[in-house]
Amino acid sequence: MRYAMAIDTKKCVGCSDCVVACQTENNVPIGYCRDWVIEATTGTYPDLSLEFRSERCNHCSNAPCVRCCPTEASHVVNGGIVLVDHNECIGCKACIESCPYDARFVHPEGYVDKCTFCIHRVEKGENPACVNVCPTKCMYFGDTDDSNSEISKILKKRKWKTLIPEAGTDPNIYYLI
Amino acid sequence: MIEELIVSGRMNPEIDPHLHAWPWYVPTDLFLAALVAGILIFSAFLTLHGKENEFPAAVKRAPLFAPFLLGIALLLLFLDLSHKLYFWQLYTNIRWESPMSWGSWTYLFITPLSVLWAAIHIQDVFPNLDLKFSWLKESIEWLKTYKKVLAGIIILLAITLGMYTGILLSAFNARPLWNSAILGPLFLTSGLTTATAVVLLLKPNEKEERRFIVLMLIFAGIQIFLLIHMIMGYLAGTQVHIEAARLLLGGEYTTSFWVFAFGFGLVLPVVLQLLKLNGSKIPVTVPAVLIIVGGLLLRLIIVEAGQASRWLY
Repeated sequence: MRYAMAIDTKKCVGCSDCVVACQTENNVPIGYCRDWVIEATTGTYPDLSLEFRSERCNHCSNAPCVRCCPTEASHVVNGGIVLVDHNECIGCKACIESCPYDARFVHPEGYVDKCTFCIHRVEKGENPACVNVCPTKCMYFGDTDDSNSEISKILKKRKWKTLIPEAGTDPNIYYLI
Repeated sequence: MIEELIVSGRMNPEIDPHLHAWPWYVPTDLFLAALVAGILIFSAFLTLHGKENEFPAAVKRAPLFAPFLLGIALLLLFLDLSHKLYFWQLYTNIRWESPMSWGSWTYLFITPLSVLWAAIHIQDVFPNLDLKFSWLKESIEWLKTYKKVLAGIIILLAITLGMYTGILLSAFNARPLWNSAILGPLFLTSGLTTATAVVLLLKPNEKEERRFIVLMLIFAGIQIFLLIHMIMGYLAGTQVHIEAARLLLGGEYTTSFWVFAFGFGLVLPVVLQLLKLNGSKIPVTVPAVLIIVGGLLLRLIIVEAGQASRWLY
């Protein structure tokens, strides 16, 4: 099983509903975010293109944060979801330094925090909160090892990209382009 | 040319607008650890070669500082942890893929060994010191019989410690300025250079002073070579490495790096030592202090600039 997320950049309008849903669902402290929206303008005037991307931890298959963690607090669970065990994290911040997506932060209680793909919902067969609330339904979540899953089908049908694949992290957030 | 402008809604503390998760504690720790590694390598190496009495400042006096400097380094590491009460988790795991893990295990072994090494030499430095307890005197005498074995173990651990200070950073592919295999040897060499400066500050005899000035010149020369080689490597690398090098070549850290860390901290003391070897009356403390401050500045700049370097997307 390999959980992944696909985000349709043609449908995303950058409303940040996913950000608010995550903060509410996971009780993320004020001033912090586990997911965020970026607005990328590419090209040279007047030939410009605009892309909204909802970004978060990429739950990399080759996760540098897991490799560099000295205490195994950062670990991978079934389905490839990368988690941080709060009771094993010493707050050395090596994982923060190792993440090319800057997806981690120090929670005010001291441990390192990040997106969990809402594992508490996924274990019950539900989608992550961000996927559920998206008003344009631009986000797809599922198992890419299952060729019949919605995400597998859309990844076969559409063109996609991942962020900084050249960093060798093998990320699992796909952006449909 | 295609340009990309990214506006992000993220504003996580210590992450945005640019990464600053490791403040001055970490580079200062790296500096002290490499300095101690250098001090212990010289002391243990000269002991193995039976030169204790020819080089008293390096073999006997300098190692007395090692446990204190390591203590400060460990305290700084502890202060940097944001989940402090869980620090013991470091020692319930051995993670070979994590430089932080084997660095913490190296600290665990080398710190008590540095105390034992200092204990062996304390009465040579302070002959009138009364150790009060006979068991303590006997234990030190017993330790002295294993001095060469201890020296061998200390050299291995000290090289690991010195290299670790660079490898900790170079293992992070996410920070292009750190992602150079040269950082390990560079920081070890810098540790040896700063250690020669400490020895020169501890009133060495004439022969020892001359030898350590030559050693300082050799290690500072290697350091200059490694630094230039590292920057050439970035410039011959990928776009992200070229962008990282630009932080030091015209970017935000250019003056602090080239004027202070490289110029005043490395080139000027080399010039002063060369003049001194040729008969100029230059107090040995001047180049020695410059080298020590330069070593600290090098870590502060590399850690800070490394956190400002990133992948482009």
